[in-house]
Amino acid sequence: MNINDKLATLKYNKNNESHLVVDNDICMRCNEKFCTYICPADVYEWNETKCKMTIRYENCLECGACRIACEKKNISWTYPDAQYGVKYKNG
Amino acid sequence: MENNKVDVIIVGAGPAGVSSAVVLAKAGKKVLLVERGDNAGDKNMFGGTIYAKQTAEIFPEFWKEAPVERNVSSQKIFMLTDYESTQFEYKYPANASYKAFSVNRSKWDRWCVEQAQKAGAYYAPKTKVKELLIENGKVVGIQTEFEKYYCDIVIIADGVNSLLAKQIGLRNDFKDSDVTLNVKEVIKLPTQTIEDRFNLDNDEGCACKILGGPLKDMFALGFMYTNKDTISLGFGVGLDELKKRKISPNEILEDLKAHPTIAKIIKNGETVEYSAHLIPEGGLKSMPKVYDNRVMVVGDAAMMVNNVHMEGTNFAMLSGKLAAETAIFAIEKGDFSASTLSLYYKKLKNSIIIKDMSTHKNTIPVLKKHISTLTDYYPELLCEFFALLTDVDQIPKRAKYRGFLSKLIKKGFILKSIPLGLFALEKCFKK
Repeated sequence: MNINDKLATLKYNKNNESHLVVDNDICMRCNEKFCTYICPADVYEWNETKCKMTIRYENCLECGACRIACEKKNISWTYPDAQYGVKYKNG
Repeated sequence: MENNKVDVIIVGAGPAGVSSAVVLAKAGKKVLLVERGDNAGDKNMFGGTIYAKQTAEIFPEFWKEAPVERNVSSQKIFMLTDYESTQFEYKYPANASYKAFSVNRSKWDRWCVEQAQKAGAYYAPKTKVKELLIENGKVVGIQTEFEKYYCDIVIIADGVNSLLAKQIGLRNDFKDSDVTLNVKEVIKLPTQTIEDRFNLDNDEGCACKILGGPLKDMFALGFMYTNKDTISLGFGVGLDELKKRKISPNEILEDLKAHPTIAKIIKNGETVEYSAHLIPEGGLKSMPKVYDNRVMVVGDAAMMVNNVHMEGTNFAMLSGKLAAETAIFAIEKGDFSASTLSLYYKKLKNSIIIKDMSTHKNTIPVLKKHISTLTDYYPELLCEFFALLTDVDQIPKRAKYRGFLSKLIKKGFILKSIPLGLFALEKCFKK
C-alpha cells in the first residue's frame, strides 16, 4: 500500500497557510535532506531542477520528527492552528 | 470563569492532562483544561493499551462504563526471521483481575474529558496555546490564538513536542536518539475473525510485541493490539536509526505487513487509518526539568516513558495526578514558587516513575549496542532450535543436538549473551 493511499484514509482540515516553514537556501546547502526520507507522510520533496523544497504541509501528521531530524535545524515547526490539520478517528 | 482566571490551567487533554484536571476539579479547585484538537483524542495516537490499575486510580471502575475495546487477556511476543517465526504467548488465568485494555483514543480521551467536566473542570477544545504568558518574569497564564487566560499554576501536558516547556527553558530540543518514530495502521476485520486469529473469547484482547524480521538489526520494535473490530499494527524505530538508513518508515511498515506470519494475521483486512507519532524514549538522563515557579511538566512532555517495557500512559496518568496533588498543596499554602512545587519532583522520585526510569537509565544504549543479537541472532537461533526439535527425518537426534550446540559455540552465543546476562542481573540487584 503506498503512502498516498494511506493518507487517503485520513481526515484533514486544510489550512491555507503552512505551519511548516523552511529557508530554502539552507535546504540547498544541506547534503543529507533527512526530512525527505524520514517523514511518515512524505511531506518533504526536493525538486532537483527547481532547487526547491516542496512541502505538502496539508498531509502532515503533526508528529514532529522532521523538526528533530533536520541537521540544519531549518524547519520552523508549529502545530497547525486550532481546527486545522489531521483528525484521527482511531488513534 | 471570572475574568478568565482560574487556579490551574492544564495545556493538553491527553492522559496526563486529564488526570490532573480530574484530581484538581474533585478537590474543588478552579481548573481549565485546554486542548488544540476539535475533540480530545483527535490529535493523539498510541499502540496501545491503558493500564487498569493506574487508570482506576483516576477513574474508579472505569471499565463499567468507559469505551474500552478489549480486555487484554494474553501477551504475545513474535520473534521473526526473514521467513519464519517463533511465538511466545502468556495467557492470564480466566479469573485474573483486569490488567490492561486496548482503547480507541478518539473515543477514550473524549470520555476522560467528560469525566473531568463532570467533576467541575472547565474545558476549552479547539484552542491552540501559542505561548505561556509571562509578566514581570512570571508565568501568569497562557496566550491562545484569540485570548489570554490567567492562573496561578500552569501544568504543561502538551505532549512529546512540548513547545511550552521549551519556551521557558525547562528543556532543549530532544535529540534524534531521544525519540522513536512510531507508525501504525488500524486494520479492519470482522470481530469473529480477530477472535479466531488470536484465540480470544468475547471482549478478550491480545497485546503483541514483534522483534526481528523486517525490523532486524535496528533499534525498532513492532506492536500489534486487538480492538473490537480492528487490529492496530505498527512499529517504533529510533529516529537516529531511520536517518542512518535513509528509509521511509512506511516502507518498513509495509515489509512488516508482508512478513508471512504477520500477513496471515491481517489477511483480507482493510486499512482504515494510518497514523504517526513520536515517543520520547531518552529516559531519565534526557528528562527535562519538570517544575519551576508556577509551572509543572507532566507525561510525554517530561519524557516520562518506560522505554524498555513500552509503558507510557500509566506514567502520564500518574505524573498528572502527582502534579495535581502538588498544585492543591500549593494553592492551599498560597505559594506557587519552585521550592513549593519541588514537592512534585519528590513525589515522582517516590513513585514508580523515577524508580523504573532510574533502573533503566543505561539500558537503551546497551540494547542498541547489542541490537543485532536481540533482533537477528536470537530469533534465528530460536527458530532453528524449534525446527530441530520438531523436524522428523532420517538424521539421528544426537547428531542434530551436536550440530546445534556447535553452531551455538561457533556463532559466539556465550560471548554475545554474557554482557546482556550480566546487565540483566545488575538490573535485578543493584540498589
